[in-house]
Amino acid sequence: MFSRFISGAMVCLLAVVMLGASPASRFDKLGHEMMCACGCGQILLECNHVGCPDSDRMIGELRAQLKGGGADTAILNWFSTKYGPTILAAPIRGGFDNVAWITPMAVFLLAIVGTGFLVVIWKRRTRGAGVVVAAAGDAATVDAMRERIRRETEY
Amino acid sequence: MPEFGWFSLLLALGLSVYTLVAGAAALWRTRRRVGVAVDDGSGRLGETARRAGIASFIALSCAAFALVWASFTNDYSVSYILHHTNRALNPAYKFSALWSGQEGSLLLWAWLLSMYGFVLRVRHKVDVRLSAFAGTILAGIQIFFLLLLNFAAPPFSIQPGPVAADGFGLNPLLQYPEMVMHPPLLYLGYVGFSVPFAFALGALMMRYPGEKWIHITRRWTMVTWLFLTCGIFMGAHWAYSVLGWGGYWGWDPVENASLMPWLTGTAFLHSVMMQEKRGMMKNWNVWLIFSTFMLTILGTLLTRSGIVSSVHAFAQSDIGNWFYGFIIVIFAVCLFTFFKQRDHLKSENRLESLVSRESSFLFNNLILLVACFTVLWGTLFPILSEYVQGSKVTMGAPFYNRVNIPIGVFLLFLTGIGPLLAWRSTSLRSMRRNFVLPTVAMVVALVTMVAVGLRPWNAGDDARATWFSLITFTLAAGVITAIASEFLRGAAVVRTQTGKNLLKSTILLVRRNTRRYGGYLVHFGIVVMFIGIAGGAFNQSHEQEMGYRDQMTLGPYRLVCQSFTQDSNPNYDTEYALLDVYKYGKKITQLAPERRFYKASQTSSTMVALHSTLENDLYVIYEGRNPDTDKPIIKVFINPLMNWIWIGVLIVVLGTVLALVPNMARSAARARMELEPPVAEAHHV
Repeated sequence: MFSRFISGAMVCLLAVVMLGASPASRFDKLGHEMMCACGCGQILLECNHVGCPDSDRMIGELRAQLKGGGADTAILNWFSTKYGPTILAAPIRGGFDNVAWITPMAVFLLAIVGTGFLVVIWKRRTRGAGVVVAAAGDAATVDAMRERIRRETEY
Repeated sequence: MPEFGWFSLLLALGLSVYTLVAGAAALWRTRRRVGVAVDDGSGRLGETARRAGIASFIALSCAAFALVWASFTNDYSVSYILHHTNRALNPAYKFSALWSGQEGSLLLWAWLLSMYGFVLRVRHKVDVRLSAFAGTILAGIQIFFLLLLNFAAPPFSIQPGPVAADGFGLNPLLQYPEMVMHPPLLYLGYVGFSVPFAFALGALMMRYPGEKWIHITRRWTMVTWLFLTCGIFMGAHWAYSVLGWGGYWGWDPVENASLMPWLTGTAFLHSVMMQEKRGMMKNWNVWLIFSTFMLTILGTLLTRSGIVSSVHAFAQSDIGNWFYGFIIVIFAVCLFTFFKQRDHLKSENRLESLVSRESSFLFNNLILLVACFTVLWGTLFPILSEYVQGSKVTMGAPFYNRVNIPIGVFLLFLTGIGPLLAWRSTSLRSMRRNFVLPTVAMVVALVTMVAVGLRPWNAGDDARATWFSLITFTLAAGVITAIASEFLRGAAVVRTQTGKNLLKSTILLVRRNTRRYGGYLVHFGIVVMFIGIAGGAFNQSHEQEMGYRDQMTLGPYRLVCQSFTQDSNPNYDTEYALLDVYKYGKKITQLAPERRFYKASQTSSTMVALHSTLENDLYVIYEGRNPDTDKPIIKVFINPLMNWIWIGVLIVVLGTVLALVPNMARSAARARMELEPPVAEAHHV
């Protein structure tokens, strides 16, 4: 059963990796990874200004680049060289641009691991303190405990 | 009228300065007499400060009225009115001109702040001393905005030279019904966080005993959060309906600026429960609310200083330095107070188990803060990149979507499991009991989705988006089942106790604990929103020139152009097309997408035509005419599940309102107390 599951998972993974992209979907993908140069702040294929001075020309250039058979990265680099790095909708040139991607993920992982670690430490400390609370059994403690239970089960 | 406005602003500044100075002096003189009324004049001095604070609200109301009056009477001697209105402008938009520019929006900010201050000062008997602290801090914040209004960005500046016959008009993008509501709601949210901030800082300054300040500020925080939520989503709906690019959230710095305090505010609303119940996370909560307030100011700085480029460029100016200074002062005051009083913030309890409600709150808080950090990081990275590499980069939707979607999915997961965990520690038995149904629901949903064709491994380039949609739909099924089972389990207990039917038992259950079940309803709304957002993975679009009787087919829809023409009114010229819409061969509606050209501002704007259903939105844009053929260019989007987002927001609003309603038992007890003679009053004093 387990080996079948693994085989299925491998097939799925290969399908994702090996499937080729059609020119139309590449055009759509790359067109959404660039900004329009007109300064509207919109994604190239979403720029909807009538008479926009740049989007039609850029879309034509994108089609020409795709026809030329360039890889996605090469096409994006071509646009970045021609229009400057701000033409890319996200920093993908490598080098310091990688910091943009790594930092949020690093913070996310650190936060998860750090919190888990913190909870484990607190749990250990609380275990020691719990004995003292359990030992005290006078009426005042019981009343305080009742009040605490009421508060903690309210919502 | 401009002179009256000027005078009102100056008077408001004077009154606010008095509120701050006299209020601080009164608090200083009574600093070691907590809870004791000493008639050495301090009480009267404090009272004059309170009344001055109330009067500043009246003065600012007069100033706001003066600007609106100038707008309605077409007083183009006022520079602001000249630049943001014109004679042909619809009266509703003449009113909204109050917040359509820099100076007006600052005036709105100051006025709303004074209004919150007014309510706080009128209700000061809830806790006189804490309210005095909060009122004094609010006066300090108000002084900053009044200094801006009096000296840096005056809304009543007189235009030099002869008075113009007509104004330059309102930005066309703002001439839309939602724009009359969106900015005030957003500002009510932004400004509203000043109140819990002032209470938190005041409580820390006076070493307020216990957690009562949290009870006092809970409603303030929830109402503020509700306003901010409504403001953000109304803005998203406006962007969807007006900007005409088929989306609703563009990750523009101004949008980010509103999202960041919402995220930290949401974290605060959750973690504050831990302080209320178990006396934990006091340091954390204080800094959360400090950060939320500072983020509202930072957001304003980012969008008004011009340090990051934004499509909301109409709001940019050179007042950024004022905001830098203000943030530094606020941060210094918070830091100083925190270090001086930090021994007051010791936790009464510690976490006892990784599998507990507290732990889930902690993770939920961290994930919300990571999301906030990501948004802040993305907003500021272009500045950092320019500093390090010498060139700016663009942080657009591809960056935010890729980084934030996994965080959002994890948050959805926590939304589901959090309420199922017990406080302190969850036993294995209780976990089994609570988690079986949601797990079954998730498995059923997953199998069903795959069976109906949602197969990411076949999705080619869209594989990533499809994976996240599949995960979101699966988790959503689990979370909805978990929430429903919480309601049903509680209702079943009530039914056993009262013998009422399930519906009545559920209503009774909710009325007995509105906060808990209102919270669940909010979670349900968030899940519905996530479902709507996940639908975005299946968007389709097509663009085509459409002459008379030309047709376009997209998905199940066929559009036939019946005509295209032009029209005109005093405010704008318009071009539009009439399109018959058929679904599976049957005519369902006629749509008229249009493009307007506003005469006063000489700019154009899109009016999107929408056919909205639960299944999808047919979103049609008139992009203009091809100058060679004179035929209109029509762009059509099919946006699946869009309505779920707006429905989700309505559920969130309903849930928050429900959580604000007092519990039935508490209301009944209060009513009984009011009937009884006030014998306990002496003890209370």
